[in-house]
Amino acid sequence: MSDLTFDLIGSATKILVVVNGLMATVAGMTWVERRLSGVMQFRWGPNRVGWFGLLQPIADGIKFAWKEDVTPAEAYKPLHTLAPALAMIPALCAFAVVPFGPPIELFGRAIDLVIVDLDGGILFALAASSLGVYGIVCAGWSSRSKYALIGGLRSSAQMVSYELALALSLIGVLLVSGTLRPTEIVERQAGWFWNWNVFGGWQLLGFLIFVVAGYAETNRLPFDMPEAESELVAGYHTEYSSMKFSMFFMAEYVNMITASGLAVTLFLGGYQLGVPLPLDGWPLALLQVGAFAAKVGLFLVLFVWVRWTLPRFRYDQLMNLGWKRLFPLALANLMLTAGLVAFDVIG
Amino acid sequence: MQTLAFFVLTVLAVGSAAVVVGPWVKNQVLCALALAFNLVSLAGFFFLLDAQFIAFLQVIVYAGAIMVLILFVLMLLNVQDERRLAAARPFQRWLGPAAAVAFALIVVAAVRSGGGALRYPQPSAGYGTVRALGLELFTRFFYPFEAISLLLVVAMIGAVLLAKRRL
Repeated sequence: MSDLTFDLIGSATKILVVVNGLMATVAGMTWVERRLSGVMQFRWGPNRVGWFGLLQPIADGIKFAWKEDVTPAEAYKPLHTLAPALAMIPALCAFAVVPFGPPIELFGRAIDLVIVDLDGGILFALAASSLGVYGIVCAGWSSRSKYALIGGLRSSAQMVSYELALALSLIGVLLVSGTLRPTEIVERQAGWFWNWNVFGGWQLLGFLIFVVAGYAETNRLPFDMPEAESELVAGYHTEYSSMKFSMFFMAEYVNMITASGLAVTLFLGGYQLGVPLPLDGWPLALLQVGAFAAKVGLFLVLFVWVRWTLPRFRYDQLMNLGWKRLFPLALANLMLTAGLVAFDVIG
Repeated sequence: MQTLAFFVLTVLAVGSAAVVVGPWVKNQVLCALALAFNLVSLAGFFFLLDAQFIAFLQVIVYAGAIMVLILFVLMLLNVQDERRLAAARPFQRWLGPAAAVAFALIVVAAVRSGGGALRYPQPSAGYGTVRALGLELFTRFFYPFEAISLLLVVAMIGAVLLAKRRL
């Protein structure tokens, strides 16, 4: 088998596994979200379909598929149909650069457990996430509904603003690591957990800014202004039903998973265990993939926890927080990290 | 593989550019989206030329930020009602195609003068990476780089001044 065929088959397999893994996680998360919110609000949540309600996501999928797909008569049809895909594609693309495991040996060849190992991988993730706004804006505009339009406009302003703080909070990590390649950033955090960038790189502030900005980028509570149901019915996806609606729903969850994956990769050691174990080869690789999944899982639970704990911000509060608090803080973090790196304290 | 990617990208880029300026699509929002698509496919060309960093910046800055703001304005203004106001003058209708033909002639002349095939200087390995570009910017092109940053600061102050005057 030639190198090219091997690479093609390898890439196709990785894409297949990752996309299906993401979709399965999305389905699982819809269940986790509702069960956890039930626990937090002293009620049951879905517990009728299957054991502990575990088959609920499948029931939901069937329900979505059977629902009538309504397009408003006034809607601009081409964009109204395209918008869910525009939301979904960047969300899936961004995960391509997140390394979910160490390089492994298979059939005598080394395989990286990341879909593409790009030199500017972090930039690729930023680029993909900056395109995510198009789906929401197009949905808002093409629906020809006031609620949807306001939701779309809010989201574009919000995502453009918080992208700045998000990108600036990353630069600290990039300074400490001296590279933009995600696999190298993870490699540099090997060994004990105090080598992770959030501790060893003095990036706690950057980490917090990243998480807050990440919540705004994924349009999750307390920053879910684009769909704020008490003001805008359902915001940008008010006029969507059936599978098109569910695609927006899935895109939001995939965005959450990608943001979690990036946070873990950049700040929390990626697939590193955090404890040096006397293992190598397959057992270690499996453990590390498991560690990555566990860390991402913890982040996803945190997303749910925050959503059902904090109330929604007002729109001007959101903009104030983004521009007057997070942005200067991220700049300060950047200057501090640059100084520490320049004087060889870290990095 | 690279040739195939080149032709696919060419079709996408030229097609979306045609949608932006051509007479077939009247809807401005769709035109703006086509322009965004065009910018992303141009990023693909940069990628083919091993200029990764430029490709990412192209997407982040142009497609991800500037085009979003343009879309924002188009949606808020609802340009449909104002299209009649901006009817082109007769000479403007000829100016565009004339400029396009002139540009095409220049391109053809440039390609022909190269003996049918353009010769590119062979770049050193990894010249398009962030590291290589950063080193160049902060050594060889240090003064131009700082001049541009000064210019941007001036532009920013100007924007704030102009906006604040009316608040």
